[in-house]
Amino acid sequence: MTTTPELRQAVGTAHTRVEGRDKVTGAARYAADHPFTELAHGWLVLSTVGRGRIRAVDTGPVLAMPGVLTVLHHGNAPRIRGDFVTMLGVPPEPTSVLFQHDRVPHAGWPVALVVAETPEQAREAAEALVVHYDEEPPDLDFRADRGDARPVDGHLPAVAEKGDLEAELAASAVVVDAEYTTPEEHHHPMEPHAAAARWEDGRLEVLDSNQGSTWVVSVLAQMFSLDPGAVRVRSEHVGGGFGSKGVRAHQVAAAMAATVLRRPVRVVMTRRQMFSLAGHRSPTVQRVRLGADAEGRLRALEHRCLNPTSTVQDFVEPGAAPARVMYDAAAHHTANLVVALNRPTPTWMRAPGEAPGSFALESALDELAEQCGLDPIELRARNEPTHGPVSGLPFSGRNLLACFREGARRFGWAERDPRPGRRRDGRWLLGTGTAAASFPAGAGPSTAAVTAEADGTFTVRIGAADIGTGARTAITLVAADALRTTPERVRVRIGDSDFGPAMIAGGSTGTRSWAWAVRAAAAELRERLVPGATIPPQGITARSDTTEAVGALAAAERHSFGAQFAEVAVDTATGEVRVRRMLGIFAAGRIVNPLTARSQFLGGMVWGISMALHEEAVRDPSSGVPVGADLAGYHVATHADVPLLEADWIDDPDPDDPVGIKGIGEVGIVGAAAAVANAVWHATGVRHRDLPIRPDRVLRAAAEARHA
Amino acid sequence: MAAPTFSAITLHVNGEKHTLTVDHRTTLLDALRERLDLTGTKKGCDQGQCGACTVLVDGRRTVSCLQLAVAAEDREITTVEGIADGERLHPVQQAFLDLDGFQCGYCTPGQICSAVAVLREHAAGWPSAATADVRPEAGPPPLTDEEIRERMSGNLCRCGAYVSIVQAVARAAASGQQAEEAAA
Repeated sequence: MTTTPELRQAVGTAHTRVEGRDKVTGAARYAADHPFTELAHGWLVLSTVGRGRIRAVDTGPVLAMPGVLTVLHHGNAPRIRGDFVTMLGVPPEPTSVLFQHDRVPHAGWPVALVVAETPEQAREAAEALVVHYDEEPPDLDFRADRGDARPVDGHLPAVAEKGDLEAELAASAVVVDAEYTTPEEHHHPMEPHAAAARWEDGRLEVLDSNQGSTWVVSVLAQMFSLDPGAVRVRSEHVGGGFGSKGVRAHQVAAAMAATVLRRPVRVVMTRRQMFSLAGHRSPTVQRVRLGADAEGRLRALEHRCLNPTSTVQDFVEPGAAPARVMYDAAAHHTANLVVALNRPTPTWMRAPGEAPGSFALESALDELAEQCGLDPIELRARNEPTHGPVSGLPFSGRNLLACFREGARRFGWAERDPRPGRRRDGRWLLGTGTAAASFPAGAGPSTAAVTAEADGTFTVRIGAADIGTGARTAITLVAADALRTTPERVRVRIGDSDFGPAMIAGGSTGTRSWAWAVRAAAAELRERLVPGATIPPQGITARSDTTEAVGALAAAERHSFGAQFAEVAVDTATGEVRVRRMLGIFAAGRIVNPLTARSQFLGGMVWGISMALHEEAVRDPSSGVPVGADLAGYHVATHADVPLLEADWIDDPDPDDPVGIKGIGEVGIVGAAAAVANAVWHATGVRHRDLPIRPDRVLRAAAEARHA
Repeated sequence: MAAPTFSAITLHVNGEKHTLTVDHRTTLLDALRERLDLTGTKKGCDQGQCGACTVLVDGRRTVSCLQLAVAAEDREITTVEGIADGERLHPVQQAFLDLDGFQCGYCTPGQICSAVAVLREHAAGWPSAATADVRPEAGPPPLTDEEIRERMSGNLCRCGAYVSIVQAVARAAASGQQAEEAAA
């Protein structure tokens, strides 16, 4: 094989985002940015009651308002289907199966759609619409000792047990037994969910903001009983997703209204509606019991995680799952349980399971280290498993300790005085903490097409989604290497269901799955290109489908890993916690684009700070209506909360991936909240087992510690 | 019959004059996006809490979702589409691009408009909550990272690109300083 000496390998070289110029000039058009003639505007109306039945919808006065075109509700909406399983193996999201019955299972349930000529008219009419309900008392009582809690398998088995837990705990020299809680959290991508739908030449066309256009097409086609080829979904630029941008009420509402009115209709969720319609991470109550011998070697590990789901669909937040990967013990019991309440259905949110689960588990490890008188990193080193603790399978690569070593060196961990409450800076108490991170590395089947154009450039078409991950740029780099050309000669087109089935941007699998398919198509194309031959005007196209190759991956424990380090300052007068610095070192496969990968890791760590200190959604305990449902009431970290963070990685190519990718979207948040919480303990000597670590909690805990 | 709820107004946006009839309830944000097809300005919350809709009104940053279009008549409005000098990016835009000061890009127009105004406010000697010496005669404080963070805190970025945004603003400030020194 000949290689062009001046051709630099693109993968592994920093590259600014290929669509970056469009994004800094405002030229990039997102879902709600496309003009249409005759565009009508839909505004959703949500239930104000927490449970009941719709008795009547007073459409008359609203239909008489200026510009109002229609009011859709359960009494007049087209019938759609919801009795199927989507490509992600779950039924459609309950609030997306719009207006099919009169039941209201929770506050914020969509009960009507008002469509008008302008957004102002639609909004006023939606707010004027009177809906009568027969109210029933909602069940909103979430607590650890619910008798009706039950184990539920999500994408993982609910329960995994080996060994005699009580016997091993009884025989342990040191035992940690603690309860941890995390609150309801919301994705809140900066771009609200938005979709515009219209019928064009016999096809339903949807301009959308989603994490996978072929996923959305398949759901809409099934709902509306259409041939999948009769629906096209495009989603070129997506203003963040984090798990929330699947099929939700807005696309279905837009499609329904466009069908009824036979004109284009756009539906955008308001920020307030997103608290009910966009999904969320459910609160959790977790119990961790660890038993170890005098040297800190685990004999018993129990992690139970309980979360509330809705009464209309089970969603389990598998917080107990990380323990099955991280640490072994003779007795190893993990369980994920749910209890059904009159709340909106939760969904995947950045590192589902791992984010809240790692807070509990990695805090408990820190408590165990304290009790054993061991350094927290040494404790983890002593419990490093050789095989999957539950599966018994080999790891495809587990560079966790290498991450800790590199992180400790760069963070200056060796100089740390392990005793809490020793460092002070004026009124601030200072402390440092660490925690481990892991997230599954997976891939999903995808198809891709790569075209050699007559002008010597290449066009890649794949149903990928760039939700801010840098996927478009990463695919460009992978394609350039596979085609033995430069990134400048490769044009990547994504976000169009007409490009064929592809994995979603989710579960940290997107870039890996798409790169695999693009590489395969590019290799096929190179075989077909005859050197020196002229390329016809329509180009030469090669296609790939990775279904078989992905399915042939041998069973193994496949994960990204990382070590998180945080330094915090705690104001003893106000209870305020400030993160002063943070470092994350990751072993997360081959890094395709160092520039955007760093951003993604740092973004995950910012989420960790936000989770540790700020985020907490509150519901009215009598109705379930979200309280303070806006970005002033629901705090996410902003500029002033985020110091100079550092993220870096060690060489860790996945041996079984054609490019060596593992996936980096989620591991950055995992363990980050625990590292902050462990640092707060080190600063103050007080454990915080309930997130977020609010100033009032810090002050109360300090007062209790003084009186203890 | 109720009083008319529409008015004909003139908006000056990015150096161009637009005459249009708007519903009195129309925000400047919606007028820009829905009427003038200037969709670079984004709607993140429609409540003045996220900063995605930040534009410059008579040179000062303003959340356009809390401004009615009728109240913006005859003011000079600059949106993200008007920040660059033709094909040449503004130093703030260039720094965002080079240093990856964004991920999904949705908050970016607001961050960029805000940053352009921050540099002007700082140069004009405006203090912030992070400024140690706020006496007028003290002049502009050093534009530390802490100053940038404080001054940019009205612009949320859910992707968490803050570290790179602060570096981009600092670099743009430094390049502006260099340009001034070269001109002097």
